[in-house]
Amino acid sequence: MHATSALAEADRLMTVCNSCRYCEGLCAVFPAMEMRTAFADADLHYLANLCHGCGACFHDCQFAPPHEFDVNVPKVLAELRAQSYQAHAWPAALSGLFERNGLVVALAAALSVAGFAAGFVAWSDPAALFAATSGPGAFYRLMPHNAMALLFGAAFLYAIVATAMSVRRFWRSLGPLESAADFPALRQAAKDAGRLRYLDGGGVGCFNDDDRPDDRRRHYHHLTFYGFLLCFAATCVATVYHYGLGRIAPYPWYDLPVVLGTLGGIGLVAGPIGLYLAKARRDPALDDSPRFGMDIAFLAMLFLTGLTGLLLLALRATPAMGTLLALHLGLVFALFLTLPYGKFVHGIYRFAALLRYALERRAGF
Amino acid sequence: MADLTRVYDVLVVGGGNAALCAAIAARRAGASVLVLEAAPKFYRGGNTRHTRNMRCAHDAATQTLSGPYTEDEFWTDLLQVTQGQTDEQLARYMIAESKEMLVWIAEQGVRFQPSLGGTLSLGRTNAFFLGGGRAMLNALYRTAEALGVAVEYDAEVVDLDIDAGAFRSATVAQGDARRQVRASGLVAAAGGFESNIEWLKQYWGDAADNFLIRGTPYNRGTLLKLLLDKGVAPVGDPTQCHAVAIDARAPRFDGGIITRLDCVVFGIVVNRDAKRFYDEGEDFWPKRYAIWGRLVAGQPGQIAYILFDAPSLKLFMPSLYPPIQAPSIRALAGELKLDPDTLAATVDAFNAAVRPGRFDHTVLDDCRTEGLAPPKSHWARRIETPPFYAYPVRPGITFTYLGTRVDRATRMLMKDGGPSANMFAAGEIMAGNVLGRGYAAGIGMTIGSVFGRIAGREAAANARH
Repeated sequence: MHATSALAEADRLMTVCNSCRYCEGLCAVFPAMEMRTAFADADLHYLANLCHGCGACFHDCQFAPPHEFDVNVPKVLAELRAQSYQAHAWPAALSGLFERNGLVVALAAALSVAGFAAGFVAWSDPAALFAATSGPGAFYRLMPHNAMALLFGAAFLYAIVATAMSVRRFWRSLGPLESAADFPALRQAAKDAGRLRYLDGGGVGCFNDDDRPDDRRRHYHHLTFYGFLLCFAATCVATVYHYGLGRIAPYPWYDLPVVLGTLGGIGLVAGPIGLYLAKARRDPALDDSPRFGMDIAFLAMLFLTGLTGLLLLALRATPAMGTLLALHLGLVFALFLTLPYGKFVHGIYRFAALLRYALERRAGF
Repeated sequence: MADLTRVYDVLVVGGGNAALCAAIAARRAGASVLVLEAAPKFYRGGNTRHTRNMRCAHDAATQTLSGPYTEDEFWTDLLQVTQGQTDEQLARYMIAESKEMLVWIAEQGVRFQPSLGGTLSLGRTNAFFLGGGRAMLNALYRTAEALGVAVEYDAEVVDLDIDAGAFRSATVAQGDARRQVRASGLVAAAGGFESNIEWLKQYWGDAADNFLIRGTPYNRGTLLKLLLDKGVAPVGDPTQCHAVAIDARAPRFDGGIITRLDCVVFGIVVNRDAKRFYDEGEDFWPKRYAIWGRLVAGQPGQIAYILFDAPSLKLFMPSLYPPIQAPSIRALAGELKLDPDTLAATVDAFNAAVRPGRFDHTVLDDCRTEGLAPPKSHWARRIETPPFYAYPVRPGITFTYLGTRVDRATRMLMKDGGPSANMFAAGEIMAGNVLGRGYAAGIGMTIGSVFGRIAGREAAANARH
């Protein structure tokens, strides 16, 4: 009656959990569960996306393995979470990209970098790729700004549309609600997502390595996420500079786009390293290895984007600039294109689930 | 691995709430402490791992408790559930100490939350552990280990050297190995014997083969037996245990809370002969759930069936196993392998005896039977709307009442009347001192925490002299 064995197992677990309810105070998953008596596929996908994988309920559960009831909620919901992205992918024909996602992202990155390097050579003087150039417009000698803006604008727009369509399908699968999403609910969801409220094990921290909680995963996730936002802000400011103020990059180190980009880049380098180490040290009982490729691919792309961005800043006046620009732009382009078909969507799905939760709480569902 | 060759100030035998409170209190008082838990790490903590709250007196509402619960009210409740089978002085002392426990136990890392969904009736009196009993245990173990308490798992105490009321050493079995462990004092906090079927059979005969045990298989009462055999005075009725009716499909051990059924008051209960045997609507379920284990234990084959119809299905908390379902009473009898004619006759007789009334399961309503034996005094509604449902139930044993007699300082008393020189007891193993019969939600944890803390403190002080 369920589409996958993970869905069937999640249904079984929710029946166990709903007759116990000891974990009700730990996070949003269990109160949301209590608002239901039957669990359709969509309900289970929703609960899976509410779960942040903090592991507290696993360590607190008297029925966790080796108990014969074999209750391991974080592990099963992690599996289901990945399935939910695939089930709602847009266009559906591309849902297969979630499988072997590590390979897909690696290939996209390699081809994209190669494409930019080749494009630079074809577009301009091959020697310019290795020449030391500086001053306003240095980057655009390798690739005209308008071409850059058009290419990245199109890729980014596609990523936004594909992700939005996918999360819309997810949202609609959950059925109608009494009230539409309004500002208070959006604010609540943004607060819960922005603080990673439910990654705190109910207050003590996340149980990642073993049965002793800490807050490392949350801190590294903050570095990554806010690093990403700062880089995005840097790009937006630079675009305003370019088109609005007629100021042409590169900008001096103290100028706003560079400061934002540098801080963001540091976050994107340090955060993914920390998250990778946390993943490597994750308690084998909660290990989620089938999703390893997808998670690592996204972390690697963020890390490399941050790293090449910082290197580009440091070495922009040297002959390495051309190569680094090709690398950086190639990675960012591949990152954009693969956003709707990889780990990135977890944030959007989670936000949607938290929004739904805020609305359900209010409705008393 | 803990060092078992050194002489500890305090040896704590057991690994649940009482044991850990004793270990932490003793360690904080400066003693070196070894905890020996018979179970493997996952199953540590005996019945504590299945608990969810603790009953403590408090004079004002707190962040998680909805109102005050005075010492006098606590005492009145205890007197009522035990029907006077308690030691007033000790009980009142425990209740007074319980006030401080809400603070002390939180200082040991235990976190609280408002009462769980479906338990509103306990929201004022009982402090609920965030994440349940195992979360509470995990917090206590983390604190104990951070303080330097040594803990050994899979370490059952199989013999004691007691000389003239003084503990000398314990023999610990770890796999095939036997080791002597010496300590200046002993805290016995190893629970009752509810998982020891052979022991239960001494009082219940072969019926005990049909009992289900709600906790782990490690609550074997080995330490309790050793203490009583070696001269410690007993307390509590050895033949009695706390038993509730739980789903007959539950595993033999450790089914915990999720196999409980709260639907007796909504239907009728029949035995293997398809006959009713007790008033299902005698009183509110929280006041009556604890008698049904023994009632079912008294029926042939130690099995019974709760029967109800469609309108009642959503009135109670879901449990682990779905009810058995059939379109007619006769078909249901077929599913349950009961005699269809008798079951139909039982239901017909019940339905015919139901008087009209206003059904309200939140009060003692006026829906009752007339001219039926046994009667159903409240919440009696005709069982007539298909589909019809049934849950098979068996006695689910929670804990036993037999224990070691203690004084106010939790010091064990010997059969000759004198106090032991260095042996203390806390938790279920001495619960019979204040809880001679019956039960009130969360009181086992009060007994464990309050007397555990006292035992640890006293044992540490004792070791210094």
